[in-house]
Amino acid sequence: MGNQQFLADKIRTEEYLLNMGPQHPATHGVMRMVLKLDGEEIRDVEPVMGYIHRSIEKMCEHVSYKQAIHLTDRLDYLSSHMNNEAVALLVEKAAGIEVNDRIKVIRTIMAELTRLASHQLWWAVMGMDTGALTTFFYGFRDRELINDIFEETCGSRLTMNYSLIGGVRYDLHENFVKRVKDFIAHFKKKLPEYDNLLSNNVIFRKRTEGIGILTKEQVIDFGMNGPTARASGFACDIRKKLPYSAYDKVDFQEILATEGDAFARYKVRILEMWESMSIIEQLIDNIPEGEHRVKTKAVIKLPEGEFLQRVETARGDLGVYVISDGKKNPYRLKFRSPSFANMHGLNTMSVGTKIADLVVNFSTIDVVVPDIDR
Amino acid sequence: MTANNTIITDFLMNEMHLTADLAFWVEIVVVAAVYLGVFAVLGLFLVWMERRVAAFFQLRLGPNRRGPAGIFQTVADALKLVSKELTGTEKRDRFLYTIAPYFVIVTALMALAVLPFSYELQAFDINLGVFFITSVSSVAVIGIFLAGWASNNKFSLIGGMRSGIQMISYELSTGMVIVAMAVLTGTLQLSEIVGYQQEHGWLILSGHIPAIIGFMIFMIAGTAESNRTPFDLVEAESELGSGYHSEYSGMNFAYYFLAEFVNMFIISAMAVILFFGAWLSPFGITDGIPYVGVIWFVIKTLGIVFVMMWFRWTFPRFRIDQLLTLEWKYLIPISMVNIVLMAIVVWLGLTF
Amino acid sequence: MGNTELKNIIGSWSENLTFVEEGSEFLIVEVPANELRDIAEKLKTNKDTAFDYLFSLTGVDYGTELGIVYHIESTTHNHMIVMKVKTEDRETPNFDTVTDIWAAAYFNESEAYDLFGIKFNGHKNLRRIFLDDDWKGWPLRKDYVDEFNMLTR
Repeated sequence: MGNQQFLADKIRTEEYLLNMGPQHPATHGVMRMVLKLDGEEIRDVEPVMGYIHRSIEKMCEHVSYKQAIHLTDRLDYLSSHMNNEAVALLVEKAAGIEVNDRIKVIRTIMAELTRLASHQLWWAVMGMDTGALTTFFYGFRDRELINDIFEETCGSRLTMNYSLIGGVRYDLHENFVKRVKDFIAHFKKKLPEYDNLLSNNVIFRKRTEGIGILTKEQVIDFGMNGPTARASGFACDIRKKLPYSAYDKVDFQEILATEGDAFARYKVRILEMWESMSIIEQLIDNIPEGEHRVKTKAVIKLPEGEFLQRVETARGDLGVYVISDGKKNPYRLKFRSPSFANMHGLNTMSVGTKIADLVVNFSTIDVVVPDIDR
Repeated sequence: MTANNTIITDFLMNEMHLTADLAFWVEIVVVAAVYLGVFAVLGLFLVWMERRVAAFFQLRLGPNRRGPAGIFQTVADALKLVSKELTGTEKRDRFLYTIAPYFVIVTALMALAVLPFSYELQAFDINLGVFFITSVSSVAVIGIFLAGWASNNKFSLIGGMRSGIQMISYELSTGMVIVAMAVLTGTLQLSEIVGYQQEHGWLILSGHIPAIIGFMIFMIAGTAESNRTPFDLVEAESELGSGYHSEYSGMNFAYYFLAEFVNMFIISAMAVILFFGAWLSPFGITDGIPYVGVIWFVIKTLGIVFVMMWFRWTFPRFRIDQLLTLEWKYLIPISMVNIVLMAIVVWLGLTF
Repeated sequence: MGNTELKNIIGSWSENLTFVEEGSEFLIVEVPANELRDIAEKLKTNKDTAFDYLFSLTGVDYGTELGIVYHIESTTHNHMIVMKVKTEDRETPNFDTVTDIWAAAYFNESEAYDLFGIKFNGHKNLRRIFLDDDWKGWPLRKDYVDEFNMLTR
């Protein structure tokens, strides 16, 4: 652009560093981003992580497999059920423990409810980040209903610790089926209202359309996954690629979009909420009978070798990689966290845009900072 | 001098037997005290109203413990703010940091002083009434900009600069809408604008199409002038923490906070004066009774304040370049065309 | 693509590779450290293997050696392979960086440096990302001792 070049030559401007510090309303947790700015335009973003690094991987080397499940709750606390399920599935597959259908169906229903709760929180915070402060209350109000369902069966609202090696900790509460069906009926009426509040709002569309575009090649190169990558057309849903638990028995679609901008990422998550509700509806009426726990040995030792288990959390593709030397503690346990992989795309998305766009981009990537730092 | 001043000076000279000079000065002190009281009560009332309205939209109760329906909550907040320590950054520019809040307070008070609360209750009826209000509001920009600069904080600086450019841009639109209405009424003096509406009906009806367009532009530009959502990226809590007033605490912060709400009231009051007939009652039912106009004025202004609060809790906010595009590429051309349209309508005598 | 075909294609690129198949559900290719970049590039660019998605990059302390385990997946053929490199040098372990082949390695290599002390030649901004900049020691190594912070039995 001719006159911008003219201004850049004649008027001396300087770049300055701005610290969106660890305590900031827009960074969804304790993460620091050092921005190099020229006026309002971003020239460079450098994320500084590690404020909540608890070294869970090192801790897991000193505890048994059963105890390692307790530590996984706090990785990505909004999908705590899927984290527990990942370690449980890995140990069951490696040690040859068979679980019955009831356990699989229960785990799938809980996983989908967790995904719904996580996406509701994302929607609430996304509205708040763009300035529509009321969405925060609406999203959290309906999330409370799911939390109450969890509290009745699992005993806690956020970090559930419900899946064990060999099953689930408690059997379903007698009210569970009825409450879930009531919730689905209620939320099916609410979700179009909520979606309407933001999607059909001109201001929101202008804030999100065309912002932070990532192409499919960039997404694959950066190793991104989850709804963030599906909005660019990369089909990476582990529930479809490598089905586990009861996902091969239900009929659902993988939501893909092609534009790759912030609005596409928003739309993908809203449509995923509909798919989650459809999965729950297919399963809730025919939960098979059976034991909720399979008998396992008191001390579980995995055979020598290495094992990998991937599950689809609300953020993306969580990979649990265990190197075992036959003892009762894992030799090396690595969590490949989806949020850490999604951070690679932030720099490319943000350079050349404004601070307000960085907030929108960061909100659509939907990271949970303890998942990055482990 | 309007009716109010002479009543007080009459009272002072006849009943209290003061000389004309002394009565003049005592009267000034009394009116100033009344306006300070109005400012304080109005600020506190509007904060309470904002919190209750916000709670209403967010499906929860607002403050409801201190006093009936929580009316005394803001009094408690004001006492808390008064008792806080006035901190500031170490390397701030002390002089500018200290005088910055006073710009916004003094200009808000000055603008309040010319509003016609009713036929008898108008402190100053200058012949440039409307022009005075807009020029005084423009000075408030300095207060915000100085706060951003003098705080020695990059976030405040970004907030202050955004605000400066936003407010001076949107003043153009408000100014042009006021010009359009002045074309219709033929005067800038506030009491005469109300007088025109007493004869011809409220301006939004008598000026039909150009007045309705003018009202919509005025609502948008007025919301931007008072830094409310959807134009509140100046103090965008999700992005910048607190914007230009992050480094202020205690009473200094209370000045900015109250001044924002009183500015909102002033913008709504101007909309009501220009479009909805200030203190006139619909169909003129109670126009003959003295002092009742205050109630109508306050009800109408609070109605528009409610609409502005409704905007805040519904819409996301604009980005700075989208905001400036809206003003310079859309609102200014439309308001210029509106002036021409109003001129044609008046010339052809097509008003009601 | 099955393991035998992968073995044939990859084995044809170099003589010094070792293939392991038991103890893992994926084919493991053990690569000597000086051929890492070469094999990595061929893995990505070869049309039949087309490994373009770096799933994870894990640092491992084998007791006497330090190593990196790469899990790489192909989005077109849907197969995954595990590539391992090892070094016996525990004082100054270093490998070549693969950030220009797979951009996903950028933060992962910083993490391996932070927790194991493995340096990557050619990495643009190798720094401690999780721990403090002045932290002493490499926590995830097996011989790391810290009485105050570490959880031991």
